[in-house]
Amino acid sequence: MTTATLPVYTKKDFQTDQEIRWCPGCGDYAILSAVQSVFPELGIPREKFVVISGIGCSSRFPYYMNTFGFHTIHGRAPAVATGLKISRPDLEVWVVTGDGDSLSIGGNHTIHMLRRNVGLKVLMFNNRIYGLTKGQFSPTSEMGKKTKSTPFGSADRPFNPISLAIGAEATFVARSVDVFQQHLKETLKKAAAHKGSAYIEILQNCNIFNDHAWESLTEKDARSEHVVQLEHGKPLIYGKNRDKGIRLNGFDLEVVTLGNGITEKDLLVHDEQHPSPEYAFMLAHMEQRPGFPAPIGVLRSWEDVPCYEDVINSQIRDVTAKRSPGDLAKLLRAGDTWEVRA
Amino acid sequence: MIRFCGDSGDGMQITGNQFTNTVALYGNDIATFPDYPAEIRAPAGTLPGVSGFQVHFSSHDVYTPGDSVDALIAMNPAALKTNLSDLKPNGILIVNLDDFGETDLRKAQMTSSPLEDHSLDAYRLFPVELTKLTRASLKDLGLDNKTVDRCKNFFALGMCYWLYNRSLDTSLRWIEDKFKSKPALAQANRTAMQAGYSYCEATEAFQVSYEIPPAKLAPGFYRNVSGNTALAMGFVAASQKAGIPLFLGSYPITPASDILHELSTYKNFGVVTFQAEDEIAAITSAIGAAYAGSLGITTTSGPGMALKTEALGLAVAVELPLVICDIQRGGPSTGLPTKTEQADLLQALFGRNSEAPIPVLAPATPGDCFWIALEASRIAIKYMVPVIILSDGYLANGAEPWKIPDVSQLPEIPVHFETNPVNFRPYRRNPETLARPWAIPGTPGLEHRIGGLEKQDVTGNINSEPLNHEKMVRLRAEKVAGIVQDIPDVVPAGDPSGDLVIVAWGSTHGAVTAALKAQREKGRRIGHVHLRHLNPLPKNLGEVLGRYDKVLVPEMNMGQLVMLLRAKYLVDAHAYNKIQGKPFKKSEIENKIEELLD
Repeated sequence: MTTATLPVYTKKDFQTDQEIRWCPGCGDYAILSAVQSVFPELGIPREKFVVISGIGCSSRFPYYMNTFGFHTIHGRAPAVATGLKISRPDLEVWVVTGDGDSLSIGGNHTIHMLRRNVGLKVLMFNNRIYGLTKGQFSPTSEMGKKTKSTPFGSADRPFNPISLAIGAEATFVARSVDVFQQHLKETLKKAAAHKGSAYIEILQNCNIFNDHAWESLTEKDARSEHVVQLEHGKPLIYGKNRDKGIRLNGFDLEVVTLGNGITEKDLLVHDEQHPSPEYAFMLAHMEQRPGFPAPIGVLRSWEDVPCYEDVINSQIRDVTAKRSPGDLAKLLRAGDTWEVRA
Repeated sequence: MIRFCGDSGDGMQITGNQFTNTVALYGNDIATFPDYPAEIRAPAGTLPGVSGFQVHFSSHDVYTPGDSVDALIAMNPAALKTNLSDLKPNGILIVNLDDFGETDLRKAQMTSSPLEDHSLDAYRLFPVELTKLTRASLKDLGLDNKTVDRCKNFFALGMCYWLYNRSLDTSLRWIEDKFKSKPALAQANRTAMQAGYSYCEATEAFQVSYEIPPAKLAPGFYRNVSGNTALAMGFVAASQKAGIPLFLGSYPITPASDILHELSTYKNFGVVTFQAEDEIAAITSAIGAAYAGSLGITTTSGPGMALKTEALGLAVAVELPLVICDIQRGGPSTGLPTKTEQADLLQALFGRNSEAPIPVLAPATPGDCFWIALEASRIAIKYMVPVIILSDGYLANGAEPWKIPDVSQLPEIPVHFETNPVNFRPYRRNPETLARPWAIPGTPGLEHRIGGLEKQDVTGNINSEPLNHEKMVRLRAEKVAGIVQDIPDVVPAGDPSGDLVIVAWGSTHGAVTAALKAQREKGRRIGHVHLRHLNPLPKNLGEVLGRYDKVLVPEMNMGQLVMLLRAKYLVDAHAYNKIQGKPFKKSEIENKIEELLD
């Protein structure tokens, strides 16, 4: 066991001496703290961690993590990370990105990483705004949003990130919130345990350019009425008095109040390992419908798909075993050759 | 010199390749020029659908596929119309008589048949009923007409083997191998080729046949190699000599895709080929692999190169080794995907935001692509820098006999991964090369961060102080400029001083070499400098240029190298430009030389 010789890490071991340059009050601090708390618990040597980011506020993340880190270019972190993970499957590679970086300029890399199922953990900070460029709408901003670049309201329909990830055949899709520290840490650990691509949307507050974006989910009095926490094998119950639930009605979901003959047994029991994606899609789209709560937790965790890097590397091993290791001299002399004598 | 031309579905590339292999194995020196349309199958029989393959083979050194051909095999009127101007007077012209009907002529926009209107009187015309004869020879095999008609290129090939006194053996072996699982097709192609050969023997259609003895090449083992194959093998060799795995990130693009195809077969050399979702992922995945300690490479052509620009800047900033191959083609934009050009030189040198110097190399011949891959990898690893290779469509698809090197004589490519955590600084430089350490993830105690933001000298921490930025810009420039100490001086071919020096790069090598030889035989004092290193330029280049009265720079662009030479050395260099998607002819270079010197 590697853990036998593993140093005992604390949160401090994953902090750097770099001055953190996020705005005071930014939700990123909470996420950084959660990651720095979880990494020491994963039983992995520190030098095996690599944090790769693109561009944006969230992408400053690697500078604050005392691991290997690579701050790449806008939207391309999944591609850089894919090259790294194929080459070194033993490394624990985490990608840190945002709604603009992952869903706008890097949308293509995001979907292709997910469908390939590269063994990367992706933390997508969704604050529904462009922060680093000072306040333009993002691909997750609500339609009609007034920003610096849309003074009369945005004409764009937003992406639903978890739905997009499920549609891209992601094998692990989860959602958490910057201020729900315990839930966030638990979700990070589940992502770490997943073999293929793990995509986590983290709802994050930008208190400068889009303050209160998630208030209806995070505000103390409201949160239990507006959030349903998904737990594998447990019924979909929520509400301050845990008196509301989600049940299946034909091909659709409906919100019901417990009592009057409706019991927990009537409710949908969460199955994150369901082989078909339709169920996860329904959950992902709940919050866009009036009267439905927003889901947090693991929407989908599907283990039946091999990791991309394993497929690539086992193909190399298989061909090598079959043909024997390449001989350069033979390669150069392949095909028809002839000799010219002196 | 012989050219096969026909419809893009007529199998002219296969026919040309077969002829090439046969004459090369016999010992002739060769140069080839495949010329095919961008459309996979343009409407049959039309002018845009014409595909050609030219082979120059000889008993002496061959430098180019040749200016004009001695024999032309035209499968239809469109092929005849687009290629006839390159046939020498009194040259052999074989046409497929069966495809010269009214409809065929109309498709080629001809009003009268050239076979009847005396427009071909200057040539030795041999109209052959290729389709009918092929059908007749295969009538017992029970194949449908469509399949049978697809064998007529092998009938024509058989005729050419008779004409040039070549054995059918090489092609028979190839057919055997190619159609292993389809014995009926193997039989059909074999029979068609033998029938073509016998047809010539029996009919005495041609009064003569030609004997071209083997060329005198340096002793050793040879094989045919195209530029793309040579590049692929060069990278495998570099990976082996460096002792690190090869990672290719690539997105399919003409004329570079063959490198991806080729490398994808070398899995037992530990080669990873990653067909990425786009050009940007192709290069950034290679950067990720280089970060991991692999030899990261990416292959593309002009439009893809444009897309990779930002990532090239990242590779410059994070100072990781990387090799980028741009197999140039005609542009701008999509341009001429299947035609050659050399117009990405300035893009390779300067096409990035801000100051982002990158070493640039260019192979001179198809075989040289092997050596340039090794050289680019060596520089990338030694100096921790991205390196660009500029090949082009002509080198990529053209073939030449290549002397197979002895593996033990290939250059060593030492790799050092940093492992010592004591006082480790990610941007502390090797005082000699100015390279920073290659500190790969997974190494205990070396945890550090890199990225595209400007870094502090030595520590690598992000830093935007004015003087630090200037220092870093100068250090990156100095590092690349310093490579000049590590590359050979130029030694001009031909006269070491004299009336004129031709400075060229890339695939113009053959035409310039042939023209130089011819003009020197006429008594002119001319030298030829062929640049394989375009950044930095060899350190004695300025001095060498000064030894000649005039400087001529032929390029398949609007004058990119000539601009650099004029700027850097203040010489009155003459530009000679051809931007037609076709390589220079020897005669064109000769004419230019005469114009300048007479």
